[in-house]
Amino acid sequence: MINLKGRSLVSITDYNKEEILRILDIAEEFEVNQRQNILNGHVIGSLFFEPSTRTRLSFESAVQYLGGSIIGFASPDVSSVTKGESLKDTILTVSNYSDLIVMRNPLDGSARYASEVSPVPILNAGDGANQHPTQCLLDLYSIRKTQGSLDNIHIAMVGDLKYGRTVHSLVQALSLFGATFHFVSPDSLKMPSSVKTWVKNANLEYYQYNDFMEVMPIADILYMTRIQGERFPDPLEYEKVKNAYILENSMLENTKDNLKVLHPLPRVNEITEDVDDNPKAYYFQQARNGVFVRQALIAAILGLK
Amino acid sequence: MKNKRTELKVSAIRNGTVIDHIPSDVVYQVFGILSLDETSNQVYLGTNLDSKKLGKKGIIKISGKYFKDDEINKVSLVAPNATLIEIKDYEVSRKEKVQLPEIVNKIVKCINPKCVTNNQNVPTSFQVKQDHKGNMKLFCKYCEKTIGKQNIEFI
Ligand SMILES: [Zn+2]
Repeated sequence: MINLKGRSLVSITDYNKEEILRILDIAEEFEVNQRQNILNGHVIGSLFFEPSTRTRLSFESAVQYLGGSIIGFASPDVSSVTKGESLKDTILTVSNYSDLIVMRNPLDGSARYASEVSPVPILNAGDGANQHPTQCLLDLYSIRKTQGSLDNIHIAMVGDLKYGRTVHSLVQALSLFGATFHFVSPDSLKMPSSVKTWVKNANLEYYQYNDFMEVMPIADILYMTRIQGERFPDPLEYEKVKNAYILENSMLENTKDNLKVLHPLPRVNEITEDVDDNPKAYYFQQARNGVFVRQALIAAILGLK
Repeated sequence: MKNKRTELKVSAIRNGTVIDHIPSDVVYQVFGILSLDETSNQVYLGTNLDSKKLGKKGIIKISGKYFKDDEINKVSLVAPNATLIEIKDYEVSRKEKVQLPEIVNKIVKCINPKCVTNNQNVPTSFQVKQDHKGNMKLFCKYCEKTIGKQNIEFI
């Protein structure tokens, strides 16, 4: 029996394959029956040391569908953080008032540290450029739901593969399930060698491309990311690549029937709006799946599922 | 003959620890890693000594002190070929190469300016790993960034 009670989730690698699958199974239950009053009398701390409306609303929605209460702050300017309180003190204080803490913090590694000092479990809602495991789990949920299984899929990841933390975590997680990886990016934003080493160590294969169209006939999942101008030291370099990785509806013509397009959102221009009506577009359902996954995590960590 | 020379070199202390075969340019780093600036024991430090293996080498002798393995193993981060020699009553009681530790706590700075260890009062902690080429790397327990040997900076 897999028991996640009391277990923090900081990095996707904190959970093994069976534990990940257990969360996805519970999430499936919540998709069928979303309103369950099992958090009645429980208080969830929600500490957003940087604003992230999308993630915060998804967590708040998850807690409220389960009948729980939320305390906390949505940005640091309304909290004691601006008065210079240490992260440790904030965590120790809020842990007095809550059963579990959801935390978003701009510092890399802050969630691991919080999990060490906190007497209640920590659910990492993003620690700087490091990890965002609930995003990863909702990606996995979306892949399993649309492909029937997580095993042996061909996933093409497109855009900023160097700085995009969601793609790094997703590679780590999918490595447990025997995926084949297709990395599409400009040379300046290639997948870091540490992530590629991860793939190699799992005895899996990856391929790298500059040309977007090459992966179209192969992919089961097309995972799009945003290329951010501020990542480029040279603005000319950005101008050269910024329009090279835009997905348009016509490009989906000769793709597999089971292909789905995923994106962690928010999108800017990397997927044109004419894709939205294509049945292969899945990014809005993907975001909806985030609520089920967060419900599952909270319920499992509190020992209620 | 060889034994006698070794004995002569290290017998300057009666009891204690000798760290030999330190590259001359990292002798002071080893001094710092072992917190020898804080000890009240007698410490002898030599640099630019002739060495067949290293050309020039350094040596540190600490009288009346023995180190725990995880303490002494930190030396290997800067001096992977250093030799640890323990002396008891003028005799060599232990002699071996320093080993890479599994965990490095508190002494190395994380290279990532956005790491929580560089912004809050959090001691650093690294796992020692090797890449596929066999190069030693440090993996930050907190921000999960990897530091190559050439970027190791001591606190
Ligand atoms: Zn770090």
